[in-house]
Amino acid sequence: MCLATPMKIEKILEGKRAIVSQGNVSVQVDVSFLENPKPGDHVIVHAGFAIETLSLAEAEERIALFRRMAELTGDA
Amino acid sequence: MSDERRLAGELVSEIERTMRRIGKPLKLMEVCGTHTVELRRTGIHSLLPQAISLVSGPGCPVCVTPAGYVDNALSLAESGQAVIATFGDMLKIPGTNGRALSSLSGRGLVKLVYSPTELVAIARVSALPVVFLAVGFETTIPTVVSALLEAKKAGASNLLLYTAFKTVTPALRFLLSSRDHGIDGFILPGHVSVVIGEKAYEFLAEADGRPGVITGFESLDMLLGILLLVRQIERGENRVENAYPRAVRADGNPRARAIMEENLVPRSDVWRGLGKIPDGALGLRPEWAGSDAEKRFELPEARDAEAPGCLCSRVIAGKAIPPECALFGRRCTPDDPVGPCMVSSEGTCAAYFRYSARR
Repeated sequence: MCLATPMKIEKILEGKRAIVSQGNVSVQVDVSFLENPKPGDHVIVHAGFAIETLSLAEAEERIALFRRMAELTGDA
Repeated sequence: MSDERRLAGELVSEIERTMRRIGKPLKLMEVCGTHTVELRRTGIHSLLPQAISLVSGPGCPVCVTPAGYVDNALSLAESGQAVIATFGDMLKIPGTNGRALSSLSGRGLVKLVYSPTELVAIARVSALPVVFLAVGFETTIPTVVSALLEAKKAGASNLLLYTAFKTVTPALRFLLSSRDHGIDGFILPGHVSVVIGEKAYEFLAEADGRPGVITGFESLDMLLGILLLVRQIERGENRVENAYPRAVRADGNPRARAIMEENLVPRSDVWRGLGKIPDGALGLRPEWAGSDAEKRFELPEARDAEAPGCLCSRVIAGKAIPPECALFGRRCTPDDPVGPCMVSSEGTCAAYFRYSARR
Protein backbone atom coordinates (compact mmCIF):
# COMPACT_ATOMS: atom_id res chain seq x y z
CA MET A 1 0.00 0.00 0.00
CA CYS A 2 3.02 2.28 0.29
CA LEU A 3 3.75 1.54 -3.32
CA ALA A 4 4.83 4.74 -5.07
CA THR A 5 6.07 5.44 -8.57
CA PRO A 6 8.73 7.85 -9.80
CA MET A 7 7.25 10.17 -12.46
CA LYS A 8 8.20 13.40 -14.21
CA ILE A 9 6.24 16.67 -14.00
CA GLU A 10 5.13 17.76 -17.48
CA LYS A 11 2.94 20.71 -16.65
CA ILE A 12 1.80 22.61 -13.57
CA LEU A 13 -1.97 23.19 -13.45
CA GLU A 14 -4.07 25.48 -11.32
CA GLY A 15 -5.09 24.48 -7.81
CA LYS A 16 -1.83 22.77 -6.86
CA ARG A 17 -2.21 20.05 -9.43
CA ALA A 18 0.12 18.87 -12.16
CA ILE A 19 0.32 16.51 -15.11
CA VAL A 20 3.02 13.88 -14.51
CA SER A 21 4.21 11.14 -16.80
CA GLN A 22 6.18 7.94 -16.98
CA GLY A 23 6.75 6.43 -20.40
CA ASN A 24 3.50 6.77 -22.33
CA VAL A 25 1.36 7.15 -19.23
CA SER A 26 0.36 10.56 -17.97
CA VAL A 27 -1.90 11.38 -15.05
CA GLN A 28 -3.03 14.35 -13.01
CA VAL A 29 -1.77 14.47 -9.44
CA ASP A 30 -1.91 16.75 -6.41
CA VAL A 31 1.41 18.53 -5.80
CA SER A 32 0.48 20.47 -2.66
CA PHE A 33 3.10 18.62 -0.54
CA LEU A 34 5.96 19.85 -2.71
CA GLU A 35 7.96 22.98 -1.99
CA ASN A 36 8.35 24.43 -5.47
CA PRO A 37 7.21 21.97 -8.13
CA LYS A 38 8.18 22.73 -11.72
CA PRO A 39 8.12 20.98 -15.09
CA GLY A 40 11.02 18.56 -15.48
CA ASP A 41 11.14 17.65 -11.76
CA HIS A 42 11.14 13.95 -10.96
CA VAL A 43 8.68 13.17 -8.18
CA ILE A 44 7.40 10.13 -6.28
CA VAL A 45 3.67 9.58 -6.71
CA HIS A 46 1.53 7.74 -4.17
CA ALA A 47 -2.29 7.51 -4.24
CA GLY A 48 -2.66 10.49 -6.56
CA PHE A 49 -0.26 12.74 -4.65
CA ALA A 50 3.35 13.67 -5.38
CA ILE A 51 4.90 13.05 -1.97
CA GLU A 52 8.47 14.19 -2.68
CA THR A 53 10.79 15.58 -5.32
CA LEU A 54 13.61 13.19 -6.17
CA SER A 55 17.08 14.64 -5.87
CA LEU A 56 18.94 13.92 -9.10
CA ALA A 57 22.23 14.80 -7.45
CA GLU A 58 21.57 12.07 -4.88
CA ALA A 59 20.52 9.64 -7.62
CA GLU A 60 23.81 10.26 -9.43
CA GLU A 61 25.62 9.93 -6.13
CA ARG A 62 23.99 6.53 -5.68
CA ILE A 63 25.24 5.36 -9.06
CA ALA A 64 28.71 6.65 -8.19
CA LEU A 65 28.51 4.80 -4.88
CA PHE A 66 27.61 1.56 -6.63
CA ARG A 67 30.51 2.03 -9.03
CA ARG A 68 32.93 2.62 -6.19
CA MET A 69 31.58 -0.45 -4.48
CA ALA A 70 31.96 -2.54 -7.63
CA GLU A 71 35.55 -1.34 -8.01
CA LEU A 72 36.19 -1.96 -4.35
CA THR A 73 34.91 -5.51 -4.40
CA GLY A 74 35.60 -6.39 -8.03
CA ASP A 75 39.20 -7.34 -7.34
CA ALA A 76 38.63 -8.97 -3.95
CA MET B 1 26.01 -8.41 -18.79
CA SER B 2 24.24 -5.17 -18.01
CA ASP B 3 25.78 -2.71 -15.61
CA GLU B 4 22.92 -3.22 -13.19
CA ARG B 5 23.29 -7.01 -13.15
CA ARG B 6 27.02 -6.73 -12.62
CA LEU B 7 26.56 -4.28 -9.76
CA ALA B 8 23.88 -6.51 -8.23
CA GLY B 9 26.31 -9.44 -8.40
CA GLU B 10 29.02 -7.40 -6.70
CA LEU B 11 26.67 -6.31 -3.95
CA VAL B 12 25.58 -9.92 -3.36
CA SER B 13 29.25 -11.01 -3.20
CA GLU B 14 30.04 -8.30 -0.68
CA ILE B 15 27.02 -9.30 1.43
CA GLU B 16 28.31 -12.91 1.32
CA ARG B 17 31.83 -11.89 2.38
CA THR B 18 30.45 -9.79 5.23
CA MET B 19 28.25 -12.68 6.37
CA ARG B 20 31.23 -15.06 6.37
CA ARG B 21 33.10 -12.67 8.65
CA ILE B 22 30.05 -12.36 10.92
CA GLY B 23 29.88 -16.16 11.03
CA LYS B 24 26.36 -16.59 12.41
CA PRO B 25 22.83 -16.49 11.03
CA LEU B 26 20.96 -13.18 11.07
CA LYS B 27 17.28 -12.34 11.15
CA LEU B 28 16.49 -9.15 9.24
CA MET B 29 13.01 -7.70 9.29
CA GLU B 30 11.62 -5.95 6.25
CA VAL B 31 9.15 -3.68 7.96
CA CYS B 32 7.27 -2.60 4.84
CA GLY B 33 4.81 -4.74 2.87
CA THR B 34 6.05 -3.26 -0.40
CA HIS B 35 9.55 -4.55 0.45
CA THR B 36 8.08 -7.96 1.27
CA VAL B 37 6.65 -8.12 -2.23
CA GLU B 38 9.59 -6.52 -4.09
CA LEU B 39 12.27 -8.67 -2.39
CA ARG B 40 10.42 -11.76 -3.59
CA ARG B 41 9.15 -10.48 -6.94
CA THR B 42 12.69 -9.53 -7.98
CA GLY B 43 14.11 -12.80 -6.62
CA ILE B 44 16.56 -10.95 -4.37
CA HIS B 45 15.55 -13.10 -1.40
CA SER B 46 16.86 -16.14 -3.27
CA LEU B 47 20.22 -14.49 -4.03
CA LEU B 48 21.03 -13.81 -0.40
CA PRO B 49 23.19 -16.14 1.71
CA GLN B 50 21.19 -18.86 3.51
CA ALA B 51 22.40 -17.40 6.80
CA ILE B 52 20.19 -14.34 6.27
CA SER B 53 16.56 -14.94 7.06
CA LEU B 54 14.18 -12.24 6.01
CA VAL B 55 11.09 -11.90 8.16
CA SER B 56 8.20 -9.60 7.40
CA GLY B 57 7.11 -6.97 9.85
CA PRO B 58 3.87 -5.18 10.62
CA GLY B 59 4.05 -2.94 7.54
CA CYS B 60 1.01 -4.11 5.60
CA PRO B 61 -1.68 -1.67 6.79
CA VAL B 62 -4.60 -3.83 5.83
CA CYS B 63 -3.04 -6.84 7.59
CA VAL B 64 -2.70 -5.03 10.92
CA THR B 65 -6.24 -3.68 10.88
CA PRO B 66 -8.30 -5.76 13.34
CA ALA B 67 -11.18 -7.86 12.03
CA GLY B 68 -13.69 -5.91 14.16
CA TYR B 69 -13.01 -2.85 12.02
CA VAL B 70 -14.47 -4.68 9.02
CA ASP B 71 -17.52 -5.67 11.12
CA ASN B 72 -18.14 -2.01 11.94
CA ALA B 73 -17.81 -0.96 8.29
CA LEU B 74 -20.20 -3.74 7.20
CA SER B 75 -22.80 -2.71 9.76
CA LEU B 76 -22.61 0.96 8.70
CA ALA B 77 -23.29 0.03 5.09
CA GLU B 78 -25.93 -2.64 5.72
CA SER B 79 -27.93 -0.52 8.15
CA GLY B 80 -28.19 2.18 5.48
CA GLN B 81 -26.42 4.74 7.66
CA ALA B 82 -23.59 5.42 5.22
CA VAL B 83 -21.93 4.57 1.95
CA ILE B 84 -18.46 3.08 2.41
CA ALA B 85 -15.56 4.34 0.29
CA THR B 86 -12.35 2.32 0.37
CA PHE B 87 -9.10 1.40 -1.31
CA GLY B 88 -9.39 -1.97 -3.08
CA ASP B 89 -7.10 -3.73 -0.61
CA MET B 90 -9.75 -3.66 2.12
CA LEU B 91 -12.53 -5.27 0.05
CA LYS B 92 -11.73 -8.92 0.70
CA ILE B 93 -10.48 -8.66 4.29
CA PRO B 94 -12.70 -10.93 6.41
CA GLY B 95 -14.43 -9.60 9.51
CA THR B 96 -14.75 -11.63 12.71
CA ASN B 97 -17.39 -13.91 11.19
CA GLY B 98 -15.52 -14.35 7.91
CA ARG B 99 -17.59 -11.89 5.89
CA ALA B 100 -15.88 -9.17 3.87
CA LEU B 101 -17.03 -5.90 2.27
CA SER B 102 -16.91 -7.63 -1.12
CA SER B 103 -20.06 -9.52 -0.03
CA LEU B 104 -21.95 -6.22 -0.52
CA SER B 105 -20.82 -5.76 -4.12
CA GLY B 106 -23.40 -4.77 -6.70
CA ARG B 107 -25.62 -3.02 -4.14
CA GLY B 108 -24.10 0.47 -4.43
CA LEU B 109 -23.09 0.44 -0.77
CA VAL B 110 -19.33 0.39 -1.36
CA LYS B 111 -17.34 2.80 -3.56
CA LEU B 112 -13.83 1.86 -4.61
CA VAL B 113 -11.25 4.65 -4.88
CA TYR B 114 -7.70 4.70 -6.19
CA SER B 115 -6.87 8.09 -4.73
CA PRO B 116 -8.33 10.11 -1.84
CA THR B 117 -8.64 12.97 -4.34
CA GLU B 118 -11.77 11.18 -5.66
CA LEU B 119 -13.56 11.45 -2.32
CA VAL B 120 -14.81 15.02 -2.63
CA ALA B 121 -16.66 14.28 -5.87
CA ILE B 122 -18.19 11.10 -4.38
CA ALA B 123 -19.34 12.94 -1.24
CA ARG B 124 -20.87 15.80 -3.25
CA VAL B 125 -23.36 13.61 -5.07
CA SER B 126 -24.13 11.16 -2.28
CA ALA B 127 -27.44 11.42 -0.42
CA LEU B 128 -25.97 9.40 2.45
CA PRO B 129 -22.83 10.26 4.44
CA VAL B 130 -19.72 8.80 2.79
CA VAL B 131 -17.41 7.02 5.22
CA PHE B 132 -13.88 6.49 3.94
CA LEU B 133 -11.99 3.57 5.45
CA ALA B 134 -8.91 5.54 6.38
CA VAL B 135 -6.39 2.71 6.59
CA GLY B 136 -2.70 3.35 6.08
CA PHE B 137 0.71 4.38 7.32
CA GLU B 138 2.42 7.76 7.10
CA THR B 139 2.84 7.54 3.32
CA THR B 140 -0.92 7.50 2.86
CA ILE B 141 -2.15 9.44 5.91
CA PRO B 142 -1.38 12.98 4.65
CA THR B 143 -3.13 12.27 1.34
CA VAL B 144 -6.32 11.27 3.16
CA VAL B 145 -6.24 14.23 5.54
CA SER B 146 -5.64 16.51 2.57
CA ALA B 147 -8.82 15.13 0.94
CA LEU B 148 -10.77 15.82 4.14
CA LEU B 149 -9.52 19.42 4.15
CA GLU B 150 -10.51 19.76 0.48
CA ALA B 151 -13.97 18.40 1.24
CA LYS B 152 -14.40 20.94 4.01
CA LYS B 153 -13.31 23.74 1.69
CA ALA B 154 -15.78 22.54 -0.95
CA GLY B 155 -18.62 22.36 1.60
CA ALA B 156 -18.91 18.57 1.25
CA SER B 157 -19.56 18.02 4.95
CA ASN B 158 -20.87 14.49 4.45
CA LEU B 159 -17.38 13.04 3.96
CA LEU B 160 -16.35 11.22 7.15
CA LEU B 161 -13.27 9.21 8.01
CA TYR B 162 -13.23 5.94 9.91
CA THR B 163 -9.60 6.10 10.94
CA ALA B 164 -7.32 3.10 11.28
CA PHE B 165 -4.17 5.14 10.65
CA LYS B 166 -1.05 3.44 12.01
CA THR B 167 2.43 4.82 12.65
CA VAL B 168 5.61 2.85 12.10
CA THR B 169 8.04 3.98 14.80
CA PRO B 170 5.82 3.06 17.81
CA ALA B 171 5.43 -0.41 16.27
CA LEU B 172 9.21 -0.81 16.00
CA ARG B 173 9.65 0.30 19.61
CA PHE B 174 6.95 -2.18 20.58
CA LEU B 175 8.66 -5.04 18.74
CA LEU B 176 11.99 -4.14 20.36
CA SER B 177 10.38 -4.18 23.81
CA SER B 178 9.51 -7.86 23.41
CA ARG B 179 12.27 -9.99 24.98
CA ASP B 180 12.28 -12.74 22.39
CA HIS B 181 12.08 -10.67 19.19
CA GLY B 182 15.34 -12.09 17.86
CA ILE B 183 15.62 -9.33 15.23
CA ASP B 184 19.19 -8.36 14.24
CA GLY B 185 18.32 -5.40 12.03
CA PHE B 186 15.55 -3.53 10.24
CA ILE B 187 15.17 -2.84 6.51
CA LEU B 188 13.27 0.42 7.05
CA PRO B 189 10.38 1.51 4.82
CA GLY B 190 11.41 3.92 2.06
CA HIS B 191 8.15 5.71 1.43
CA VAL B 192 7.00 6.07 5.02
CA SER B 193 10.44 7.59 5.58
CA VAL B 194 9.88 10.09 2.76
CA VAL B 195 7.20 11.58 5.01
CA ILE B 196 8.62 11.09 8.54
CA GLY B 197 12.34 11.54 7.73
CA GLU B 198 15.53 9.84 8.86
CA LYS B 199 15.59 11.52 12.29
CA ALA B 200 12.36 9.77 13.30
CA TYR B 201 14.40 6.59 13.82
CA GLU B 202 17.07 8.00 16.11
CA PHE B 203 15.69 5.83 18.94
CA LEU B 204 17.26 2.81 17.21
CA ALA B 205 20.59 3.99 18.63
CA GLU B 206 19.34 3.47 22.20
CA ALA B 207 20.77 0.63 24.30
CA ASP B 208 18.22 -2.02 23.28
CA GLY B 209 17.98 -0.76 19.71
CA ARG B 210 18.97 -2.49 16.50
CA PRO B 211 20.51 -1.14 13.32
CA GLY B 212 18.15 0.11 10.63
CA VAL B 213 18.67 1.17 7.03
CA ILE B 214 16.12 3.25 5.12
CA THR B 215 15.85 1.41 1.84
CA GLY B 216 14.42 2.14 -1.61
CA PHE B 217 12.52 -0.34 -3.76
CA GLU B 218 14.66 -1.03 -6.82
CA SER B 219 16.79 -4.18 -6.83
CA LEU B 220 20.05 -2.30 -6.29
CA ASP B 221 18.47 -0.14 -3.58
CA MET B 222 17.41 -3.25 -1.66
CA LEU B 223 20.79 -4.95 -2.02
CA LEU B 224 22.58 -1.80 -0.89
CA GLY B 225 20.24 -1.48 2.10
CA ILE B 226 20.93 -5.09 3.13
CA LEU B 227 24.69 -4.65 2.68
CA LEU B 228 24.78 -1.51 4.85
CA LEU B 229 22.70 -3.35 7.44
CA VAL B 230 24.99 -6.39 7.69
CA ARG B 231 28.02 -4.09 7.79
CA GLN B 232 26.54 -2.25 10.79
CA ILE B 233 25.87 -5.61 12.46
CA GLU B 234 29.47 -6.68 11.78
CA ARG B 235 30.76 -3.52 13.45
CA GLY B 236 28.38 -3.93 16.38
CA GLU B 237 26.63 -0.65 15.66
CA ASN B 238 22.99 0.22 15.93
CA ARG B 239 21.84 3.42 14.31
CA VAL B 240 19.70 4.62 11.45
CA GLU B 241 21.32 4.91 8.05
CA ASN B 242 19.77 6.28 4.86
CA ALA B 243 20.32 4.23 1.70
CA TYR B 244 17.52 6.09 -0.13
CA PRO B 245 18.74 9.71 0.08
CA ARG B 246 17.41 10.65 -3.35
CA ALA B 247 13.94 10.55 -1.80
CA VAL B 248 14.35 10.70 1.98
CA ARG B 249 15.48 13.84 3.84
CA ALA B 250 16.56 14.11 7.47
CA ASP B 251 13.28 15.77 8.51
CA GLY B 252 11.03 14.12 5.93
CA ASN B 253 8.43 16.13 4.05
CA PRO B 254 7.57 19.14 6.26
CA ARG B 255 4.24 19.88 4.55
CA ALA B 256 3.01 16.32 4.81
CA ARG B 257 4.10 16.16 8.45
CA ALA B 258 2.41 19.47 9.26
CA ILE B 259 -0.89 18.31 7.80
CA MET B 260 -0.79 15.27 10.10
CA GLU B 261 0.26 17.20 13.19
CA GLU B 262 -2.36 19.90 12.73
CA ASN B 263 -5.29 17.53 12.27
CA LEU B 264 -4.47 14.27 14.00
CA VAL B 265 -3.54 13.14 17.47
CA PRO B 266 -1.76 9.96 18.63
CA ARG B 267 -3.84 7.26 20.25
CA SER B 268 -3.40 3.64 21.26
CA ASP B 269 -5.37 1.34 18.95
CA VAL B 270 -5.40 -2.40 18.53
CA TRP B 271 -3.06 -3.80 15.86
CA ARG B 272 -3.94 -7.23 14.62
CA GLY B 273 -1.53 -9.70 16.12
CA LEU B 274 0.27 -7.17 18.30
CA GLY B 275 -2.51 -5.82 20.52
CA LYS B 276 -2.63 -2.22 21.71
CA ILE B 277 0.51 -0.31 20.80
CA PRO B 278 1.04 2.85 22.88
CA ASP B 279 0.49 5.85 20.58
CA GLY B 280 0.77 3.51 17.58
CA ALA B 281 -2.20 5.06 15.79
CA LEU B 282 -3.48 8.48 14.76
CA GLY B 283 -7.05 9.65 15.17
CA LEU B 284 -8.78 12.90 14.20
CA ARG B 285 -8.44 15.82 16.59
CA PRO B 286 -11.59 16.69 18.61
CA GLU B 287 -12.29 19.68 16.33
CA TRP B 288 -13.02 17.15 13.59
CA ALA B 289 -15.64 15.25 15.66
CA GLY B 290 -18.32 15.94 13.02
CA SER B 291 -16.20 14.19 10.38
CA ASP B 292 -15.17 11.30 12.61
CA ALA B 293 -17.27 8.23 11.76
CA GLU B 294 -16.38 6.55 15.02
CA LYS B 295 -17.88 9.42 17.04
CA ARG B 296 -20.76 10.23 14.74
CA PHE B 297 -22.03 6.63 14.58
CA GLU B 298 -20.78 5.65 18.05
CA LEU B 299 -18.89 2.67 16.66
CA PRO B 300 -17.62 0.11 19.19
CA GLU B 301 -13.88 -0.37 19.55
CA ALA B 302 -12.65 -2.70 16.81
CA ARG B 303 -11.70 -5.99 18.40
CA ASP B 304 -9.11 -8.40 17.14
CA ALA B 305 -10.04 -11.93 16.16
CA GLU B 306 -8.36 -14.56 14.07
CA ALA B 307 -9.80 -17.40 12.03
CA PRO B 308 -9.01 -20.81 13.61
CA GLY B 309 -5.58 -22.03 12.57
CA CYS B 310 -4.55 -18.74 10.93
CA LEU B 311 -1.00 -17.63 11.86
CA CYS B 312 -1.29 -14.11 10.45
CA SER B 313 -0.73 -12.46 13.82
CA ARG B 314 2.56 -14.33 14.35
CA VAL B 315 3.63 -13.58 10.79
CA ILE B 316 3.03 -9.86 11.35
CA ALA B 317 5.19 -9.94 14.49
CA GLY B 318 8.03 -11.67 12.60
CA LYS B 319 7.60 -14.79 14.76
CA ALA B 320 6.47 -17.17 12.02
CA ILE B 321 6.83 -17.50 8.27
CA PRO B 322 3.89 -18.50 6.05
CA PRO B 323 5.01 -22.10 5.25
CA GLU B 324 4.82 -22.83 8.99
CA CYS B 325 1.03 -22.33 8.82
CA ALA B 326 -0.98 -25.50 8.19
CA LEU B 327 -3.51 -23.52 6.14
CA PHE B 328 -0.93 -21.89 3.85
CA GLY B 329 -1.33 -22.87 0.19
CA ARG B 330 -3.93 -25.52 1.06
CA ARG B 331 -7.03 -24.14 2.72
CA CYS B 332 -5.74 -20.56 2.32
CA THR B 333 -4.80 -19.14 -1.10
CA PRO B 334 -5.13 -15.67 -2.71
CA ASP B 335 -8.33 -16.86 -4.48
CA ASP B 336 -9.87 -18.14 -1.28
CA PRO B 337 -8.02 -16.45 1.59
CA VAL B 338 -8.56 -17.15 5.28
CA GLY B 339 -6.53 -14.31 6.83
CA PRO B 340 -5.53 -10.79 5.81
CA CYS B 341 -1.88 -11.74 5.17
CA MET B 342 -3.13 -13.76 2.20
CA VAL B 343 -5.73 -11.19 1.08
CA SER B 344 -3.69 -8.05 0.72
CA SER B 345 -1.44 -7.80 -2.32
CA GLU B 346 1.24 -6.73 0.16
CA GLY B 347 0.50 -9.43 2.67
CA THR B 348 3.39 -11.72 3.53
CA CYS B 349 1.45 -14.91 2.77
CA ALA B 350 0.32 -13.59 -0.61
CA ALA B 351 3.91 -12.66 -1.49
CA TYR B 352 5.21 -16.08 -0.39
CA PHE B 353 2.44 -17.84 -2.29
CA ARG B 354 3.12 -15.97 -5.53
CA TYR B 355 6.87 -16.18 -5.46
CA SER B 356 7.59 -19.25 -3.32
CA ALA B 357 8.79 -21.37 -6.25
CA ARG B 358 12.00 -19.38 -6.22
CA ARG B 359 13.21 -20.68 -2.90
